[in-house]
Amino acid sequence: MSAVLDTDTAAGPAAPGGPVGRVRPGAPAALRGLLALALLVVGLLAVSLASLMWGARDVAPGAVWDALVSPVTGDNDHLVVRDLRVPRTLIGLVGGAALGAAGALMQGVTRNPIADPGLLGINSGASLAVIVAIAGLGVTSTAGYLWFAFAGAAVAAVVVYGAASLGWEGVTPVKLALVGAAFTATCTSVITVVLLTDTRTLGEYRFWQVGSLANRPLDVLGTVLPFVVVGLALALAAGRVLNALALGDDVARGLGQDVTRGRLLVVAAVVLLCGSAVSLVGPIAFIGLVVPHVARAVVGPDYRWIVALSMLLGPVLLLAADVAGRLVARPSELEAGLVVAVLGAPVLIALVRRSRAVAA
Amino acid sequence: MSAPTLAPEADRAAREARQAVAGEGLRTTRRRRHRRRLLVTVVLVVLAAALCVTALMLGDFRLSAGEVLRTLAGADQGAARFIVVELRLPRLVLGVLVGVAFGLAGALFQSVLRNPLASPDVIGISQGASTGAVVALLAVGATSGYVVPLSALAGGALVGLLLYAVAWRGGMTGHRFVLAGIGVAYVCTSVIGYLLTRNDVKEAQVALLWMTGSLGQADWALVRTLAVAVAVLVPLVACVARGLSLLMLGDEQAGSLGLRPEVTRACVVALGVALACVATAAAGPVAFVALTAAPVARRLLGDGTLALVQSALVGVVLVVGADVVAQHLLPADLAVPVGVVTGAVGGPYLIWLMASGRARTA
Repeated sequence: MSAVLDTDTAAGPAAPGGPVGRVRPGAPAALRGLLALALLVVGLLAVSLASLMWGARDVAPGAVWDALVSPVTGDNDHLVVRDLRVPRTLIGLVGGAALGAAGALMQGVTRNPIADPGLLGINSGASLAVIVAIAGLGVTSTAGYLWFAFAGAAVAAVVVYGAASLGWEGVTPVKLALVGAAFTATCTSVITVVLLTDTRTLGEYRFWQVGSLANRPLDVLGTVLPFVVVGLALALAAGRVLNALALGDDVARGLGQDVTRGRLLVVAAVVLLCGSAVSLVGPIAFIGLVVPHVARAVVGPDYRWIVALSMLLGPVLLLAADVAGRLVARPSELEAGLVVAVLGAPVLIALVRRSRAVAA
Repeated sequence: MSAPTLAPEADRAAREARQAVAGEGLRTTRRRRHRRRLLVTVVLVVLAAALCVTALMLGDFRLSAGEVLRTLAGADQGAARFIVVELRLPRLVLGVLVGVAFGLAGALFQSVLRNPLASPDVIGISQGASTGAVVALLAVGATSGYVVPLSALAGGALVGLLLYAVAWRGGMTGHRFVLAGIGVAYVCTSVIGYLLTRNDVKEAQVALLWMTGSLGQADWALVRTLAVAVAVLVPLVACVARGLSLLMLGDEQAGSLGLRPEVTRACVVALGVALACVATAAAGPVAFVALTAAPVARRLLGDGTLALVQSALVGVVLVVGADVVAQHLLPADLAVPVGVVTGAVGGPYLIWLMASGRARTA
């Protein structure tokens, strides 16, 4: 395994014409990007409306509007919309945006197209912390899991990045990917021991672990929101860095890019975004894997566009999955985390099949 | 032979001198590599053998190394024979076979798909097998016998075929295969998640135990079946090994050396799927063995070669060693399955290897 990671598989087709970060993107790419952004905003509004309307109890669009603008106390439709659907939709929007952006960042920084936000060990670190919370401390509420998930994610990222930066060649994409996978395996082992010996914890954990938007109180969102906002801002700022990193460390350095600082910035953003998303909706890594691929297929290899589009595509996919999950199993429902893969995998496979990139 | 051949015609003496020096350097390097290769292989074999003997010695009824070896040679009859041959040997042999199969499967996938993360547990083969088994355990309600291994085998093979059908489009690229595999893996994980949350928690725990990978179910019938499968597959791997190492040069290079890259790649992938499937069917998807074996073996060799034999040996050491730890070092009432220990031991080891190692990666 000599050319271990093909740098250009990560960026899809090789970055066109020189230092992407400094060259103005060609008019077609920019046009397509803007068009895609506009479409996505419309799509986002559509899925949000659908998410407010549909479920075990359907609410007419007019009633949704009334519920938002002039709620009547005692009206069951208004109650459902305001107390259940609005929090759920908002959490889907924020969680999806965080997951989508984190995925784009992760694929960029590891130069690996199969990287997902969980790769740094973030999901497993968060899961382990949640297990500790359930089994050791008897926490059973989403709000209670929140800080544990966040702390676990942060610790995992620090450990993985730290270990990958040891050794004389410093952080490389391959080391980052392998150390992340190793950390995940270690955490999973510990989690498995607990789950195999403690039935009560398994009973709680299996529901957290599939990932869902339901039954999250709105104040959880308030706690997480600042982190997500900072993370999204960092992500938008990181596009240029990722474009340079996609050319390889040496070229990036030659272009005057501080590779280490850039990478740290990106990893910090991933921790903020992914940590928030995991604590909000559970470990739904698949969104972060699919969404950047879709974005790349639309706008090409420029990471400034990929990150921006991923931010909008993430919530569209997550909310669509959530709505679909509510509709297929009425009056009960399927968790969004379960539906995401079923919706997303065919998209991913179709994209992969379409790409003619002979990158192997 | 690989000394400079384009040197100017004029200074012939100087050129020959240079060639001599270069040839000498090359020979020294090659000899050093060869020695390292041999040393690593021998150390791994000795380690694996020592672990195997240890596994046979330990237990409620302790035997000495001499007793174990005498029994294996057929000299000892009676109680020791029963303990070794009937109780401990099936589990050990199962561990060895599973280690070989996972080690090879991981090495094959990672080289042919050119991605160090592309082990069977990442590209969906293990998830397919797990889904098969979990469906059998939870949805159909199978309890024992061959139903669970067979449906695991079917699940893994189905995913392998599906991936091949999907990723093949006028040729197969590693990129396509890996991404499609991850997509399928997530779908499988969703199905498992669904079944785990919709069933009784006790049954979910049984399924979880299977999905962790364990050797506790070993008996001679199972071992014999797996042994036949591995005995068929390993020679086939040896057949494609040369083609695979040519493939590492890139498709065009390999093609100009008389290889048909597509055919070789298809064979390698098929073998990898088969090895991963039979091992998973027998012992469950023992975490991490397939992912770690090849990177560790290559790190130890450090010469950028395929390291198939060494990967298989690392697989054996990992599985057998982990099982010894799981059975004898950890508290017995935990009854930890082997898959937990492979992850808990292999993970930190790989991290350490990555953090402490020299320039060559994977």
